[in-house]
Amino acid sequence: MDAVTDTVTLTHLQRLEAESIHIMREVVAETEKPVMLYSVGKDSAVMLHLARKAFYPSPPPFPLLHVDTTWKFKAMYELRDKMAKESGMELLVYQNPEAKAKNINPFDHGPLHTDMWKTEGLKQALDKYGFDAAFGGARRDEEKSRAKERIFSFRSANHRWDPKSQRPELWNLYNARKNKGESIRIFPISNWTELDIWQYIHLENIPIVPLYFADVRPTVQRDGLTIMVDDDRFPFAPGEVPEMKSIRFRTLGCYPLSGAVESEAKTLPEVIQEMLLTTTSERQGRVIDKDAGGASMEKKKQEGYF
Amino acid sequence: MSETTASETNSSENVKESSYVTDELIASDIDAYLVQHQHKSLLRFITCGSVDDGKSTLIGRLLYDSKMIFEDQLAAVEADSKKFGTQGQNIDFALLVDGLAAEREQGITIDVAYRFFATEKRKFIVADTPGHEQYTRNMVTGASTADLAIILIDARKGVLTQTRRHSYLAHLIGIRSLVVAVNKMDLIGYDHDKYDAIVAEYRQFATSIGIKNFTPMPISGFMGDNITSKSENTPWYTGPSLMQHLETVELDVTADQAKKFRLPVQWVNRPNLDFRGFSGLISSGVVKPGDAVRVLPSGKTSTVSRIVTFDGDLPEAVAGQSVTLCFADEIDCSRGDVITLSDEPVQVADQFEVNLVWMADEALTPGRSYWLKIGTQLVSASIHAPKYLVNVNTLEHTAAKTLELNSIGVTNIVTDKPIPFEAYSENRSLGGFIVIDKMTNATVGAGMINFSLRRSQNVHWQVLDVSRGAHAKLKNQQAGVLWFTGLSGAGKSTIANLVEKKLVRMNRHTFLLDGDNVRHGLNKDLGFTDADRIENIRRVGEVAKLMTDAGLIVVTAFISPFRSEREMVRNMMAPGEFIEIFIDTKLEDAEKRDVKGLYKKARAGELKNFTGIDSPYEAPEQPEIHIDTSKLTAEESADLIISKLIP
Repeated sequence: MDAVTDTVTLTHLQRLEAESIHIMREVVAETEKPVMLYSVGKDSAVMLHLARKAFYPSPPPFPLLHVDTTWKFKAMYELRDKMAKESGMELLVYQNPEAKAKNINPFDHGPLHTDMWKTEGLKQALDKYGFDAAFGGARRDEEKSRAKERIFSFRSANHRWDPKSQRPELWNLYNARKNKGESIRIFPISNWTELDIWQYIHLENIPIVPLYFADVRPTVQRDGLTIMVDDDRFPFAPGEVPEMKSIRFRTLGCYPLSGAVESEAKTLPEVIQEMLLTTTSERQGRVIDKDAGGASMEKKKQEGYF
Repeated sequence: MSETTASETNSSENVKESSYVTDELIASDIDAYLVQHQHKSLLRFITCGSVDDGKSTLIGRLLYDSKMIFEDQLAAVEADSKKFGTQGQNIDFALLVDGLAAEREQGITIDVAYRFFATEKRKFIVADTPGHEQYTRNMVTGASTADLAIILIDARKGVLTQTRRHSYLAHLIGIRSLVVAVNKMDLIGYDHDKYDAIVAEYRQFATSIGIKNFTPMPISGFMGDNITSKSENTPWYTGPSLMQHLETVELDVTADQAKKFRLPVQWVNRPNLDFRGFSGLISSGVVKPGDAVRVLPSGKTSTVSRIVTFDGDLPEAVAGQSVTLCFADEIDCSRGDVITLSDEPVQVADQFEVNLVWMADEALTPGRSYWLKIGTQLVSASIHAPKYLVNVNTLEHTAAKTLELNSIGVTNIVTDKPIPFEAYSENRSLGGFIVIDKMTNATVGAGMINFSLRRSQNVHWQVLDVSRGAHAKLKNQQAGVLWFTGLSGAGKSTIANLVEKKLVRMNRHTFLLDGDNVRHGLNKDLGFTDADRIENIRRVGEVAKLMTDAGLIVVTAFISPFRSEREMVRNMMAPGEFIEIFIDTKLEDAEKRDVKGLYKKARAGELKNFTGIDSPYEAPEQPEIHIDTSKLTAEESADLIISKLIP
């Protein structure tokens, strides 16, 4: 295939890695106060790993920001603190004080929970610290509205996304110039797929939350989803007892909103095997995508969800 | 998949030749599978065609056949197919790829979307762009990162205007591999003669615009013919299936390795005093420790001491890798510079002929200063009026004064400083640029450098023996420009005169350039259109710059209504030598004063393009000095300015 015998063929993961690193360096060179949104999931884990590569031997020249809902899995909080320490980066944790005061929770408040803790919380955190650029771990293969979003995605002063007025992105030239009050969301792993993420985690030995691997855990059924009981805040129905099942998670969020899959996959290759043989998509286990019909994520994004 | 459709039945009848995911290996030996899949390469391609050419159907088919569509997504699409679909009871593959809600309702794709799928040999990224006339912009965007383009032709219709347009754009953007997919072969009964006639017609056209190679193939996206495997319906076709071709065609990143080494510097990595590295993505060639290198535009040379990565130092790095280079010597090198091998430097120039694609609703303003991002450099540049436009439908050249949305033209640009570059045909990274409007910060155009103009290579700066510093020192002062800006009648000239008088009294050497006076001489050929106003200010800027070189303190009083032109003059001057003084008067106050009776004329419609009436005034955002004339008299204003200049 190659005319020159000593040509190196870069693998798709090497190409994706190089692209993500290039994007991160552009952001650091061209924005004033970047931050990395860190949600502790597998995509965040890969993004953080790439950031450490991009600036080595310097530590990544920006802090990590966790917009916390107080309802994440315990195992997520543990990994979060460990990774911040290991990377030498500052970790900022933000919890929306209003949501806290009103005791907003996924059981009593439905969609308001995500809206106040995550959407509002994120806006408040970005405003509080004055970040003009925030890295996010969204991928274009996750969801249809994301397939059309740019790598550099602009938000108005009130954090809204306008899918109709996106800047064209040509070659690897990113226009990072902002108008007053605007901020940028940057998605450096836009072109990675779920399989790419898993393969990279496997190859690079990147630490991830153990909940991605199968184990016997206490579960209950809610609205067709298998929910794991992670702490004693879980409201049982009268007489309800959690059932012990071997489960794992394909995506992680607030524990009462994350649907588990029954699985015996205890190692990364087994997880990848299961993923390749499965016939349902990754976000299927997320309550949040089902709120308002097909276009729910697009609507959320316009309102300021990451 | 549980659902059986006509198209699926058809594809399962075909013998699988290409290498989609093999379930057996995944199930039996996942570790072996993973090892195999770690060595996939990456191909990016673009599909061009209109809604009716079956483009979304083809992409939907590729995703479906590669198992990139899951049951829940399929179920959603089945539901949608009943609601919005155009294929009756069958699954409308197009619905898999049409994303945003508004588009779904309109039944069209209106932007660039990226899709992903993989086979055992390669991962693919597909840029899906619309075929509508008004969306040249989107296709150019999608094509800019593509190794290959699939030009879809409806077999029933043959080569259409849009086929020519897509082919021209793909060729313009420098895509080396073109696949001409004659689609919907099922609808013409897999007719060999008709296919040959279409290919012959296309070949004639392609040759006429300079396309040397293309790969034609007869397909049906809907039925699956020649997509993943050779179809039994076209026994006369001897070429590869689409997927076989996509899996084996040469990648740009591989071809780029054979070119000269170029690394645009993104970021200087300096964690401590002992380490200084230059980070960037290698755009072409190969580099090894020990290589003698040159940094452009400075031309300084050194040797590569290390290629640093998180995973350890590399013995060699190639095009497509993001690395950090360390040098043996401490030489100046910063963001925007280009590192090359010392005997293969890139050219440096400041005037170019370019192809320019305009991407904004607001047309190009010739002469205005825009930002240009090229490689990792951001420079100021002015764009001349186009030499000609290319009509993308007829490919005729037409004369024009500007570039409108979705138009393509050839023009000259002048950057405010010499930049390292290569012709776009040699190197996409160092010859492709985006144009950014200084006011809105929007990306308004994309360009490709054809060549640098001889003028900029041959006209060298005369190095002067008496430096500008010496001129100023002789006058015992710091040279600079006091740039007064404000509405007509704000009091610019009055205050500027007072300031000059006070400076002269303090033994400063000054010169006042007044708007009205300059228009009687230097600029008497200029009117008051936007383009002429811009040229007026550019000339005044150049004159003021010569005067500061002579060591003078230049005082100017021009309305200078546009922010970007004031910024242009600021960029001409040495840092700190441009003092913007905003004479801030409310429009109603200026109009009330109306010393020259101009507002009255403008209101009566006798004066066109009058600032504040029918032409905008863009107030400075951060002037060095801000004078509010409602609070201060002219005398007080002048004193305030002097006190800020000479504390």
